[in-house]
Amino acid sequence: MREWFAFFQSILPNFIQGAQVTLQLTFGGLLLGLIIGLPAAVLRVYGGKKLSWLAIAYIELFRGTPILVQLFVIYFGLPDLGITMSRMGAAVLAMGLNSGAYQAEYFRGAIQAVGGGQMMAARAIGMSRYTAIRHIILPQALRLVIPAWSNEPISLLKASSVAFLIAVPDLMTTAKAIVVKTYDPIGTYLAVAVVYLVLVYVLNIFLELAEKNLQIPGFKLEAQQR
Amino acid sequence: MELTQLLKVIQFILGGTFVTIGVTLVALPLGFILGLVLAVIRVFGGKISSSIVSIYSAGMRGVPVIVLLFVLYFIIAGAINISPFWAGSISLGIVSSAYQMEILRGAVLSVGSGQMMAARAIGMTKIQAIQNIILPQALRLAIPPWSNEASIVLKDSSLVYALGVPEILRRSQFMSASTYRPFIAFAIAAAIYFVLVFLMNQLLCMLERRLSIPGLQQ
Amino acid sequence: MKKTILEIENLSKTYGSSVVLKDISLKVNEGDTIVIIGPSGTGKSTLLRCVNLLTKIDGGKIFLDSEEITAPGVSEDNVRQHIGMVFQDFLLFNHLTAIDNVMIGQVKVLGKSPADAREKALQELERVGLKDKANHYPGQLSGGQKQRVAIARALAMDPRIMLFDEPTSALDPELIGEVLEVMKRLANDGMTMLVVTHEMGFAREVADRIIFMEHGLIQEEGSPNEMFYHPKHERTREFLWKITELYGKHEDQGSEKL
Repeated sequence: MREWFAFFQSILPNFIQGAQVTLQLTFGGLLLGLIIGLPAAVLRVYGGKKLSWLAIAYIELFRGTPILVQLFVIYFGLPDLGITMSRMGAAVLAMGLNSGAYQAEYFRGAIQAVGGGQMMAARAIGMSRYTAIRHIILPQALRLVIPAWSNEPISLLKASSVAFLIAVPDLMTTAKAIVVKTYDPIGTYLAVAVVYLVLVYVLNIFLELAEKNLQIPGFKLEAQQR
Repeated sequence: MELTQLLKVIQFILGGTFVTIGVTLVALPLGFILGLVLAVIRVFGGKISSSIVSIYSAGMRGVPVIVLLFVLYFIIAGAINISPFWAGSISLGIVSSAYQMEILRGAVLSVGSGQMMAARAIGMTKIQAIQNIILPQALRLAIPPWSNEASIVLKDSSLVYALGVPEILRRSQFMSASTYRPFIAFAIAAAIYFVLVFLMNQLLCMLERRLSIPGLQQ
Repeated sequence: MKKTILEIENLSKTYGSSVVLKDISLKVNEGDTIVIIGPSGTGKSTLLRCVNLLTKIDGGKIFLDSEEITAPGVSEDNVRQHIGMVFQDFLLFNHLTAIDNVMIGQVKVLGKSPADAREKALQELERVGLKDKANHYPGQLSGGQKQRVAIARALAMDPRIMLFDEPTSALDPELIGEVLEVMKRLANDGMTMLVVTHEMGFAREVADRIIFMEHGLIQEEGSPNEMFYHPKHERTREFLWKITELYGKHEDQGSEKL
């Protein structure tokens, strides 16, 4: 046990670079997911038959398939169609598209929780649908969604670990490289597990702080898992 | 790519479905049994055992699945001589048990302490009450979140790709390499997973309907 | 000379810093119907839950049929087989039909055969007027029906004494009557009952003795006549008559339903 601690301390510096890449992947994916997911949710709820179908198709596709498969389709498959990109780019794109689908469901839940009554009241004073969505529905929905949505950054942080399979230089890639040198898979992967655990813990604290400062006490939505 | 070649590719990748389903059918029940035991300890056990389970759960759920998969795989494969399929499936099951524990725990807690009180009031022991009154209700309440976990395990089974297990993804990679058409190969994999997840959800939906208690709002 | 079924000696119970039950002593003889009344939060429900050992007491002793059930080493599960409890929120087992609810205790706890248990269950359901609802689930029953099934469930265990913890407080006004009617008949049939309730009409008509509890102590007890018309304490009179104004008589409403 003590040996493992010493071992852990010795390889810790190696993980710093990898951790940075992991965090870049996470936040890049999160941001992209937000940009895609929020409009998708609005489309899903207010889009009418044709447009909402588009949103549903996207959401069901990316929630109904494994993220690893999505990653491979994007990194290996897109070049086949003429679209090339870097490993990092492909990874962030995959994370973003995947996260967007889950975020869309969180936002959809929040929008529906705000309720049709609010929309009715807004239209009753003459607002257009667009204005109502922008100034009445979304401001409430975005505050309601916070507790549930804050599961997403953590979910994404964990999901980012599959990127090592396309050789993105994140934490897992670093771990693999160390295993090659030390021939100690269990000790090394345990070490990287601890690093992830710490990152998740710290991220959790930030999110709880943000939650406390931002939310309206009230309706709580349930968290999804990928 | 012509149609006959395409059909052959699809057929080959489809062959991996059995392995994928196999991994899921090992991991999911294993996770359930372990998760159930852990949930009962967590809810009905003493302070110490309950805290231990709680810490175990937080640890398992705070680490990416693939990292845990690797750790457990090397531990299991190092200890006994079994194939990557079994080592990987068992590892996935152990990981899933932490998530299933939380689901079952939530379900048991929603049954409500009144039911336990009523069961004790007619003389049932704690164990009798858990077995005959609490769990039958909790398991029904657990079906919706459990279905979610089932899809997750099905999707996470793709991670055993990294252990070299010849499931859907590994087969499509093989096809990608041999046909030089990666997009088609991986798109087929995605399509197969999509159908599998869809079918599983339908199955569990039917199960929920058949098991629902008349008159009970869930 | 009537047998003493239940005897409570100097019972006390504290939750954290508040003393809920200070020093309670009472006796219930065979066939008695004892009604406990008092303001909310004065420990009446806690008292009942102490009697069937669902709540651990802090001081005092409880005797069932002259045997001390609070002695160390006594199996609480065994004791509870002989004490019937009816809860304010019914607490029927939601996943079981009415008849299964009444049967399960007999089969799993008393070890009866399913056939015997079923026979007894049908008897008890008939006794509460719900034989035709035997195969219904709790979710399909009204509040009054649920409570009557709960009474049947407790009766099926052949208890020495039945405890009722505000059995009608969670019911819609129109449904209270049917439950009180069942309780009245039970009392007339000679069941030993300890009832916590606000239903003053029931207390006046059916109780052999009324106990007024406040601040964790028995303030006064006596026959309904004494308590209503010649109470020793002003507080007793004040409480009894105020509650009577609020709750009035409900038992008449239930008779047609049975």
